Amino acid sequence: MFFLIPFLTRQFKKWRGIDVQKTDTQVADASKAKATVGRSNSLMLLFHEARYDLLISMRNTRARFFTFVFPILLLVVFDSVFAGGDTKTAVAGHQVALTVFFVPGIMAMSVMTAAYAGQVIQIVTLRQSGVLKRRRASPVPPWVIVGGQALAAVATTFMMQIVLLVLGSLLYSVSFSAGAIATIAITVFIGTIALVCISFALAGLINNADAAQPVVQLTMLPLYFISGIFVPGVKGTVHTIAEIFPLEHIADEMHRASVSTSFGNAINAGDLLVLAAWIAGAIAFSAWKFSWLPTRS
Amino acid sequence: MPSETPVIEIRGLRKSYGDHEAVRGIDISVNAGECFAFLGPNGAGKTTTVEVLEGFHEKSGGEVSVLGHDPWGAPSSWRERIGIVLQESAPEPGLSVRECLHLYAGYYTHPRDVEETIALVDLADQSDQRSATLSGGQRRRLDVALALIGDGELLFLDEPTTGFDPTARRGAWDVIEGLKALGKTIFLTTHYMDEAERLADRVAVIAGGVIVAEGSPQSLGGRQDADAQITFALPPGANESDLPGAFAGRLSPVGRKLLLPSSAVAADLHELSGWALDRGFELHDLEVKRPTLEDVYVQLTAEAAADEHENGVTS
Repeated sequence: MFFLIPFLTRQFKKWRGIDVQKTDTQVADASKAKATVGRSNSLMLLFHEARYDLLISMRNTRARFFTFVFPILLLVVFDSVFAGGDTKTAVAGHQVALTVFFVPGIMAMSVMTAAYAGQVIQIVTLRQSGVLKRRRASPVPPWVIVGGQALAAVATTFMMQIVLLVLGSLLYSVSFSAGAIATIAITVFIGTIALVCISFALAGLINNADAAQPVVQLTMLPLYFISGIFVPGVKGTVHTIAEIFPLEHIADEMHRASVSTSFGNAINAGDLLVLAAWIAGAIAFSAWKFSWLPTRS
Repeated sequence: MPSETPVIEIRGLRKSYGDHEAVRGIDISVNAGECFAFLGPNGAGKTTTVEVLEGFHEKSGGEVSVLGHDPWGAPSSWRERIGIVLQESAPEPGLSVRECLHLYAGYYTHPRDVEETIALVDLADQSDQRSATLSGGQRRRLDVALALIGDGELLFLDEPTTGFDPTARRGAWDVIEGLKALGKTIFLTTHYMDEAERLADRVAVIAGGVIVAEGSPQSLGGRQDADAQITFALPPGANESDLPGAFAGRLSPVGRKLLLPSSAVAADLHELSGWALDRGFELHDLEVKRPTLEDVYVQLTAEAAADEHENGVTS
């Protein structure tokens, strides 16, 4: 990994538009003066970008369906199918009813649909239609475009967690402690950012908007089955494979939160570290492979 | 009047993709306040050059300076000073015209006023309409508005009127002329010679990765010095052998008409009309034409294509 660092620094500087060779003192002074004003401006710019990115995704019918309607529908379907049965399953050492098991799982799934499925398709579409190129033609720094997208996704996934928490508590009597809710907030925040970064990385490999949908489904559906979302008690090699990917760790945190009474019991540093590693890896890969210009295939 | 400060200065620019050299050493200089039209067939290196100037690609060789910077890796303060209308870009999905402009205005330190910019491109009636529902011409005007919102001094307009109907094209030309009046420097690429002729102070033609001609639209390819072409139909009852002696050996038939290349238009027309008046003929279909910019362009790019073929250069 370490040999990548000089390369990444260079890419990052190119990305940020920093001219490495600039020695002219006047320019240096000017950029210093700008940087002091720039810091608070950058944050405002990030929120500006996030606000419009959120507006764009909320006004997309397909995104609205997959992000909001689909997880609720699945939760209701699963819990209706298994309602009344007395099958219990083990979650972090506790025996819970299947109807309870599906609530945290579907919460993790809703993060995946919003921050991965929706994002990959949107990023590829925006790039192929020239929208990202036009944004990059303006002075907006690339990290603001990525960060805005991530922040908008965080807003979406948080909204969805609240909806599912309320539904879970009203319909299936699943209650979460304050510590558990803090765990969910941290997990969903880091998990969403990891998935958005992965979406940019993956978008660097997809050449047209038509290909985005099947790629997303092929990568996402198997994970739902092996990461303990649709099927409880996944063990052995399959579980080991699932543990490589971020979804299992998001789901694991959600499941722990659903049965824990304290923050200390719910939070698991290992899960969060895997998500952090995915963020680092996805950013490195995007810096290498992602293009803002439409790819000609 | 355009001043003499170069805003764009290119010397010996080269750009290769793998083995293919798309741009093979070109020189261009564009002064502040000038409208420069960059013409060339598809695949001639036009878009590549423009994308190097816009900072989207790194040059392979030569010198490029745009507003005093190499566009590749230029700071974001440099992007504050330029505006770009891309050849193909969809509107921001889901946003209204006004929201699109507010989004982009937020990217700049000193943006233009949003409402004023909407009015400038004549989209005031559509400002609350979702940009995806605009007509082709309206979308293009929105693109222009987004390029203007930063109030940059240099504008790249990449085929700004492609796909427009004639009325919409004239509307766009009015907008671009308004930009010239505001003192903007404009780098225009187009496939329409009438567009270049109407808008540009200077044009350059690129073919096969090299500049094959450069000059004012009036002088390109020695057009202003070329022979004029007088055409007319032989009046009914007249005989070609009866025509003035000065025309002997110079006439050639073009369809039902006769073509007379002329380097002394006044004298030849005098001769011709005198001959017609003497015999009581009317001269139908009389026309005097110089080679159009399009004639010159087609000839230049055809020559370049032939050269390329001869030299075995593949593209």
